[in-house]
Amino acid sequence: MPETMLLIPGRSSKQGTSLNKGKFQDEYQQVTTTVEMNEEDMARLGYSDGDQLRLSNSIGEAVVTCVSKKAANLPQGLLFIPYGPASSQLMDSDTAGSGMPLSKHLPVSVEKIG
Amino acid sequence: MSEKAANENTKLVENATCTFCGCVCDDMMLTVDTKEKRITKAKNACVLGRAWFAEHYIEEDAPPALIDGKPAAVEDAVEEAARTLVKARFPITYGLSDTTCEAQRQAVAIADLLRGCIDTTTSVCHGPTGLAFQGVGESTMTLGEVKNRADLVIYWGGNPAESHPRHFGRYAVTAKGMFTPQGKKDRTVVVVDVRRTPSAPAANQFIQVKPGRDFELLWALRALVKNRKVNPEVEALTGVSVEAMEALVEKMKTCRYGALFLGMGLTMTRGRHFNSGAALALATDLNEYTHFVAKPVRGHGNVTGADNVMSWQTGYPFGVNYSRGFPRFNPGEFTTVDTLARRDADAAMIIASDPASNFPQAAVEHLRNIPVIALDTKSTFTSRLAHVAFRTATYGINTTGTVYRMDDVPITLRKAFESPFPTDEEILKAIKKRVRELTLTRGQARGANAEAKAAAPA
Repeated sequence: MPETMLLIPGRSSKQGTSLNKGKFQDEYQQVTTTVEMNEEDMARLGYSDGDQLRLSNSIGEAVVTCVSKKAANLPQGLLFIPYGPASSQLMDSDTAGSGMPLSKHLPVSVEKIG
Repeated sequence: MSEKAANENTKLVENATCTFCGCVCDDMMLTVDTKEKRITKAKNACVLGRAWFAEHYIEEDAPPALIDGKPAAVEDAVEEAARTLVKARFPITYGLSDTTCEAQRQAVAIADLLRGCIDTTTSVCHGPTGLAFQGVGESTMTLGEVKNRADLVIYWGGNPAESHPRHFGRYAVTAKGMFTPQGKKDRTVVVVDVRRTPSAPAANQFIQVKPGRDFELLWALRALVKNRKVNPEVEALTGVSVEAMEALVEKMKTCRYGALFLGMGLTMTRGRHFNSGAALALATDLNEYTHFVAKPVRGHGNVTGADNVMSWQTGYPFGVNYSRGFPRFNPGEFTTVDTLARRDADAAMIIASDPASNFPQAAVEHLRNIPVIALDTKSTFTSRLAHVAFRTATYGINTTGTVYRMDDVPITLRKAFESPFPTDEEILKAIKKRVRELTLTRGQARGANAEAKAAAPA
């Protein structure tokens, strides 16, 4: 049963350094497809570090790898992913007259692949 | 002295500027291998700056221009770019945050001649804060003031430890200033965010707000600043106790000089400019009691310059359209995600930006279906789908020019080594010249004063 969580794309040090090395390099691809999840959520859902997850919403989907984050640092129900092509797959283009698409706090369905 | 030769193939460049993020640190000490044409050491740079300098070397094999993926002469690519843009009925220009002000002003002139749209990465960054400036104003400062005076610093919805690593050390947390001689010991630092980011350990206090409840928390703080009572239900709504809000308000009212830094946790979430506006209004309210300022923490190296150049030349910071011969500003209509997702645009010039990588898919899909002119220092998702792609020199490494730090302070760049590739400014000047000639030839001299501009020297 897919779980609905809030995805927060954002900047990270590794995203910034790998961006400079090149967006077509493995490192950038790996950094921007790794999602952080609250460790208690992962335990509840039976996920382990390195599991492949499908994040999806009405806009699109992205396949990512999950890593656990301490509950003190990432509350339950939240996911963090460095900005990149994967997070863009899930962004709606409607800007509500502002020019800015909602790029954080994206509700997504989460399910383990395989 | 700014340049010294350490040995035959090594050059030292002092006081160079890093243009990766909006901190625009201008105290770099670069060691340049002039034979290999690369920077081997960047003293004083942060982890992001070191990567920026190390990875912007010269790829000699890369062609300076591509037309439909095939190597082309720069002159031919300029001709094709100009013809493509002039032929379009709704040409758009976008990007501009990673290039110099001198290049940015050329892009504005081209958009004016074309009667097209021009927009910058601000629209998907702190564009909502720009709208909030227009709505409620900005109690502003320079970062030098923060360094020298601020004894209370609040970061809201941002993670500078990872996005702007030297913001803490140079300006706002550990920086030692005239009235803050002990740096961190003379300051209280508060971080407000939905998750405990790597910035939180730098703070004296971390306040965790529930996702999407920044506006409610800011509005409650405004009420408390004005000595009003707040509905206790705000605790469950925001995840922050009224007691904690009151304690923060007390800190804000009694500080000597407070600075509130806004991150994209405010602008990229529901509420957008209302969130930024609430934060700006809170800072302004506090001036009843003390000196309080607010500032967005800006992203790419010269995104603040893009706002400035756009504002000088069009009257508006982003999202501008020239189709009636004079500039009009309308976010949501003339901003790039919208012009692409609505399929209005029929040609796009993308400068120093990669929307094909970071825009919503509906916008990227349309970008694939229209002719794109791309200018960038590296191969990007956008340059790979472009009809005409120029490889240009890197600003601050291979070119001089002007950039604006996030607090609107202009800084002149110092070149480290030569690039075989032209600058953005050179390419844009050449495109402008051909666009001007083509529009006049076609009897479509357009723009607010296109004939006068056509007669003027380039």
